Amino acid sequence: MNTVLVILALATLGTAAVAMSLRNLLHSVLLLTATWAGVAAFYLWAGAEFVAFAQLLVYVGAISMAVLFAVLLTRHSRDDVAAPPAARSRGVYAAAAGAAVAGVLLAAVSLAPLATAPARAPAVSVRQLGGELMGAHAASLLAVAVLLTVALVGAVVLAAGGPPEKPGDTP
Amino acid sequence: MSPLQLCLAFSSLLFAVGLTGALARSNSILVLLGLELMLTAGSVNFIAFWRFGPPASPATGVVFAIFAIAVAAAETAVGLALVIAVYRHQRNIRLPEANRLKG
Repeated sequence: MNTVLVILALATLGTAAVAMSLRNLLHSVLLLTATWAGVAAFYLWAGAEFVAFAQLLVYVGAISMAVLFAVLLTRHSRDDVAAPPAARSRGVYAAAAGAAVAGVLLAAVSLAPLATAPARAPAVSVRQLGGELMGAHAASLLAVAVLLTVALVGAVVLAAGGPPEKPGDTP
Repeated sequence: MSPLQLCLAFSSLLFAVGLTGALARSNSILVLLGLELMLTAGSVNFIAFWRFGPPASPATGVVFAIFAIAVAAAETAVGLALVIAVYRHQRNIRLPEANRLKG
């Protein structure tokens, strides 16, 4: 059981790390899609099928397409997808910060007295989940619905706003 | 290590990779994707504690992860709209050049 988890984790982390270090933006986005699919596979492994399919639909389906559109809309020419390299010192500092955070978190995880694991996954049917969402969590569901509506309308307003109108400014 | 600790180590490393990417890259889309990786690590934690933690109500972790995914989707939409707005003003999405608040 742990072998599957380790393989999944290594594949997901590998694609994430390579995606974050590639020069070509399109390759990065496609590899990150593989990362999100790996996380969905982790959810399936853990027994949360509904979350796995939500992750596939939202991340692999929708967010990757939105990010690809953003990459393709914000390039100057056909070949302009390679990000110019950042300063080397910045990469070194970022790697040091990431390694420090990873070290602290891993030490905390390995030292914490965590409760023992139940052998079986808690069984949650979709029917039960719908009952929870519409019953105990109805207020949060409404809040998320309002948040999504406001965020998407705001995104459309931000992205579709006209160019800055300046007198005497030639485009 | 117990499975819960393995899951938590996985999410910690995913968070660290996202943090490193968000700090190291100067392209705003890649910074946004690093943030997404960090949020995903949070969702992985919810599911790991739901599956292996002490038993709570059977659907709590799943509901929490669903809400986290919804909020992450909203955040990405707004972030990409901001990237496109910055590109319209500056003709560039590199962060070092995008240093004006004025439109």
